Parts: sequence; C-alpha cells; structure tokens
Amino acid sequence: MGTWQWAAGLVAGPASPQDLIAARTQMALSLGWHIVLACLGVGMPTLMVLIEWRGLRTGDEAYRRLALQWAKAIGVLFAAGAVSGTILSFELGLLWPAMMGMYGQVIGLPFAAEGIAFFIEAIFLGIYLYTWNRVPPKAHLFAGLAVAFSGALSAFLVVCANAWMNTPVGFAVAGGRVRQVSPWRAMFNPAVPHEVLHMIVAAFMVTGFLVAGVYAVGLLRGGTDRRHRLGFIVPFTLAAAFTPVQIVVGDYAGKSIHELQPAKLAAAEALFRTQAGAPLSVGGFVSGDRLHYSIEIPKALSVLAGGSFDTVVQGLDQVPRADRAPVAIVHLAFDLMVAMAFALLLLSAWFAWSWWRRRDLPRSRWFLRFAALSGVAAVVATEAGWTVTEVGRQPWTVYGHMRTADAVNPAPGLWVGFALVLLVYLVLTVVILYVLRLLRTERPVAPQEPEELPEAKAR
Amino acid sequence: MDLAQIVLVVMWAGVTLYALLAGADFGAGVWDLLAGRSREGMPRREFIERAIGPVWEANHVWLVFVLVVLWTAFSGVFAAVMSTLYIPLTLAALGIIARGTAFAFRKAARELWQQRLFGGAFALSSVLTPYFFGAVAGGIASGRVPAGLARGSIFTSWLNPTSALGGVLAVLVCVYLAGAYLCGDAVKGGRPDLAEWFRVRALAAAAVIGVVALGGIAILWWDARPLYEGLTHRALPILLASVVFGSASLVLLWYRRYSPARAAAMLGVIAILWGWPLAQYPVMLPPALTYRQAAAEMSVLAATIVVIAVGVLLIAPSMAWLISVQRRGLRGEEPPA
Repeated sequence: MGTWQWAAGLVAGPASPQDLIAARTQMALSLGWHIVLACLGVGMPTLMVLIEWRGLRTGDEAYRRLALQWAKAIGVLFAAGAVSGTILSFELGLLWPAMMGMYGQVIGLPFAAEGIAFFIEAIFLGIYLYTWNRVPPKAHLFAGLAVAFSGALSAFLVVCANAWMNTPVGFAVAGGRVRQVSPWRAMFNPAVPHEVLHMIVAAFMVTGFLVAGVYAVGLLRGGTDRRHRLGFIVPFTLAAAFTPVQIVVGDYAGKSIHELQPAKLAAAEALFRTQAGAPLSVGGFVSGDRLHYSIEIPKALSVLAGGSFDTVVQGLDQVPRADRAPVAIVHLAFDLMVAMAFALLLLSAWFAWSWWRRRDLPRSRWFLRFAALSGVAAVVATEAGWTVTEVGRQPWTVYGHMRTADAVNPAPGLWVGFALVLLVYLVLTVVILYVLRLLRTERPVAPQEPEELPEAKAR
Repeated sequence: MDLAQIVLVVMWAGVTLYALLAGADFGAGVWDLLAGRSREGMPRREFIERAIGPVWEANHVWLVFVLVVLWTAFSGVFAAVMSTLYIPLTLAALGIIARGTAFAFRKAARELWQQRLFGGAFALSSVLTPYFFGAVAGGIASGRVPAGLARGSIFTSWLNPTSALGGVLAVLVCVYLAGAYLCGDAVKGGRPDLAEWFRVRALAAAAVIGVVALGGIAILWWDARPLYEGLTHRALPILLASVVFGSASLVLLWYRRYSPARAAAMLGVIAILWGWPLAQYPVMLPPALTYRQAAAEMSVLAATIVVIAVGVLLIAPSMAWLISVQRRGLRGEEPPA
C-alpha cells in the first residue's frame, strides 16, 4: 500500500475545502459551457425547420441552402452538446455523490424522462441529417420538427430537476433517510413554471441573436446577397419577438422568487433591511452589509415583487449569516442580466420600427455592429441569469435541506479532475469555433454526404 | 417479480444495448486506429464512418439511460460507485468527450492533418473509454466498492487484476463485435475486399479473446473468489452458452457466413453480460449490499417504469426508421427526388 499512499499524497492529500471549490468551479464551468449548446439545441432546429418550411412553400432556393448550412452546424453543435450533457450526468455523481445518494430517487424521474427525450432527439437528428433528398420533403420536415420538439422537452425536464433543487418538495426526511417520496410532485414543484418559461425563451433569444450576429458580420463585410439577408432577418426577427416576452416572463419569475425564495431575491437586489415600500437598487457594489453608490428607484422593488407600493420585501437581515448567498456576485449577475435584456429590447425596437416604416433593416451601420454583438449579450444574460439562480441558492444544494459542502464527494484530489476538465473544455471551445468557421464556407463538405468525401480526402 | 427486479432487468437491458451498439462503435474506432496509413487506410476509415455515421449518436444515449435509471432506482449504489471510482469514470467521461466531438469534427475537417488529428483522438479514446468502463466493472465485481461515499480506495478499486481483466476484455469484445458487424456491412455495401480485410483481423481478435478469457479464469480464482464461485456454479450454464456462441461466431466468420456470425457474436456478448449479475445476484455491491436494500421507494420505481414504458413506445418506431435510413445509406441508394 505504500506506493498508493505516496501517490495519493502526490495527487492531493485528504479532501479539503479546495476540493469543494474545485468541484463547484468544475460544475459551474461544465454547466455554463453546456447551457450555450443546450440553448442552440433548442433554438436551432426550430429556426431550421422554420426556414426549410418557408423554402418548401415559396420554392426559393436560398431558404433551402440556408437550411442545409444550418443543419451542418447543428450536427457539430449537437455532438458537442450531447457529450457535454453526458459529462454533466457523470459529474452529478462524481462531484455530488452525497446529494445523489440521498435525493437521487426524488429527482430521478425528470432525468429519466429527459434521457428518453434526448434519445428521441438524437434519433430524429440522425434521420434529419442523413435524409436530405432521401425521403419526401414532408417526412424530412417532420423529422426536423421532432428534433425541435424533443429539444424543448429536454430543456423542460432538466429545468424541472433544477427547479426542485430550488424548491424541494415531494418527500420527507426521517432518521437521515428520504421517505414518502412522491416523484411526480417533486418533478412538478413550485419553481417549475417560471424557471422553465424563462429558460426556453432565453434559448430562443440566444439562438436567434447568435445566428443573426454571425450574418450581421457577413453583412458588415459586404455580403449583400439574399442568403446573407435571410440569414440575418429570420433569426433576428425570432429573437426580437421573444425579447419583450422574456421581460414579462422575468417579471413573473421575480414575483415567484419573492414568494418561494425570498433570500435569493434579497441577494439579487442586495436588500439588507426588510421593509415595506422597498426601493429597486440598480448597480452599485456591496461592501460589508451595505450597498454603495447604487441608483435607487423608490418603492419599485415592492411593486415588482408584490404588485403594490406597500409590499413587504424580506431583506438579508432575516437570513442567518451562515445561510446567505454571496450577495456581491448575485447582485452583479442580476444587474448584468437585466441590463443585457433591456439593451436587446432597445435593439429589437430599433429593428421593429425600421421594418414597420420601410420594410427594411435600419440603414445605420451601427445597427449591424450592435446586432453582431447581440448574440454575445444574450449569452451573457443567460449565464448571468444562471448565476443568480445557482449562486443565489448557496450555501444550499437542496434548498433548506442539504448544504453544498455536505453534498460534495469526500474523496481527495478533485482539483486534479477540475484541471483536466478545464483543459479539455478549453481545447473543445477552440476546436468547435474552428470547425464552425470551416462550415461557413459554401463548399459542399457536409458530414451528411459521406459519398462526397473520397476525392476531398485523397490528397 | 417485484418492481425493483423489473427496473434492474430494464437497466441491465440498457447496459446490454450499450455494449452491443455503442460497444461496436468503440470497436469501430479501434478499427479506425488499425486501418493503416493515410492513403491505404482511407477507404476503410471512410467505410467505418459510413457504417456508424447515422447511428452512433443514438447508440451513445444508452449510457445516459443506464446512469439515470441507476441513480433514480438505486441512488446509494450510484453514489458509492461514482465517489469511489471517480478517477476511471472521469477518464471515461473525457474519452467520451474526445470521441464524440472528434468524430463529428473529422467529418467537417478538410485538411489531411486535421483529419489525422481528429481521427487520432477519435481512435485513441475509442480504446481508453471501454477500457475504463471494463475496469469499473471489474472493481465492482471484485467487491472493491463498498456501500457509502468514497469508502473504497480511489486507486486500487480500479488498478487491480480483475479490473485489468475487465478493461482488456471490454476492448477486445468491442473490437470483435465491430469486426463481425463491419464484415457483414461491407458485403452488403458491395465491398467484399474490405470484408476480407476486416475478417482476418476479427478472427485474430477472437483468438486473443479466447486466450485472455482462459487466463481470466485464473485471475478471478485468485483475485475475486466470490465472483469466480458464482460464475462457475449458478451462472455456469450462461457462461458455457457464451463460449458456445463465441466459438460458433468464429466458425461462421471463418466460412464467411456474416449474418449468422454477427448474431452469434451478439449472443455471446449478451451471455457474458448477463452472466455477471446472475453470478452475484441478489447482491448489487459485493460483498453484501443487495438490490432490495439499495432500491428506491415503490412510488419511484413505479414512476420510473411508467416513464420507461412510454419511452419505449416512442423510441421503437423512431429507431426502426433510423435503422432503415442507415441500411439504405449503406447500400448507397440514391435519393428518390
């Protein structure tokens, strides 16, 4: 055993607080990475089916070529999304076995259903990618619809599981064991409606703005053909239409959190004192138990949270110090999310106004410059939103029941795994961006048409 | 049959399908590795790509299914296995990332050096991933994963003779399965020359499996006595069946009877896979944790079965469509329109 002990010492020594930080960072990294691909997995098939359907109706070849090109990108993105999703299901066990051991049976159901939805998505994507021209157009369109639908279903189910971690119901704990499990009640827990709506709308925004952003760059570089214009207008319209919806949904989410997790709302708003007529604080930074240099809108938080000027909003003073989330991070993330949402709303309004007046894009090149960045803004908003949801839940993994520190794998050496995973994700990101760049060119190199590869390869 | 048994059987069916389908994909990756230098290996690699192209994504999902069912229905076992064996499982997970993405990227890459790089990552991870899964199986079967969180050694639980045996056998079985599949596919695809190339090497792989399996008996006797006892008593018929099917597939392959050879190879693998749980039943984590102790509550098991049943109803027809698409693709059929 001597050798092993030596090796164990070399790797890490006993499990330590650093291992907890490593585990949390690894989870955040994997989730943050996956979430972008997951958004594209929900949104891109919808866009593609939409445009393929338009192509069939109008007989316009530009639509069809666009759909084919997007399909290639989906093939690559789905592969990356599928593996990063699989890795997350590993990591739930590798990093948080205490949570899974105790509560796995309570939140297993949505994951089991998600496994099936993911399966269906993979099957129909296989069919879709390999049957351009091989099946009747309607059957092909149907396969695409099935991909889009099962993608949205997957998102719904996974978010159900996350919502349970925020509002855990459907079980009792006795003698350190979980009992009286009602898996359906756990799955359809109180946080499901607002989390699911918020996420799925976010997925459409991320996809629409990101794809439109790519074509905005193309338009800025002088691409004026129909394919470039369509490639910009269709996704941008979709995303612009969803942006005001998202702001309404976000308001609804705020009201739900006010009822379900008031401590999280207090952290997001950096509200230290419980009060009626609470002001909305924008910006500023947290130091000690105070928020400095923020812009305060009187009574606005009370109106947003409870619909009245006198609504009492719980502050952090009601939360024991050991149970408070890191306020500075949550508040910053919350402001970032809201700022991005309103910036995108302005951009969408600009587009809508110009389209209404002249049936054309705004003439200013600044519009395209902002549009090129809109995808990044949507991604930032999504990541910030998840930071609010997840960091705002700390120090709990299962809100009010199990602390993150108690959920982590007690084995030593987790930081080595983190370093490895970090490296892998870095490489993957670079390679994915590179491969997507390759796909941008028009030459037919689709993974979907293997019969075309021999000449291309034998060089 | 109680609910826990039903879930156990369904989960193991998932493991079996993963081994038969994704196992063959892993094997195909190993063949890709062995296909030779860029120029002469090209038609082989390309054929392998064509054969697994449409299905590999779906095949890989069985793993997610098994993981999810395990953590839902037997949460404690999942937690114990994951926490103790986190090193090989992390490595297997990294292998899955490298494999899945490299395969998709290679198809998009145009330069030879890119194809080589992605191809290399694809092929190498196709060896490592099944090895680590086999090592994990060996660690569990030899009783090195106690119930509880990270109670076993994070090193010797997977660096031990039984794990090494499990890993090597897993890789070899994947190689053989893929070889048997690819021979048949190559003939159907009108490339008997490729079938011949795969056939010779599959026969060699089968011979190696025979030698390793015989040696494995001694390893299990020495390193994992309870498993050895179970295999040579209760599970003996099924173990013998695996030998019979395996040998039959070898003979059929020799005589170029590819379809029955493939069926026999699959049956042989199924027999090995079901021999293990039968040998240790009703224990789930040796030496003592039974499936009944580990099982979730009735309500959870029932809900899981309902979800799986609905899933099967949806997946079966979709899968049938996908496979027919793949078959047509193999025959190189041209589009109707």
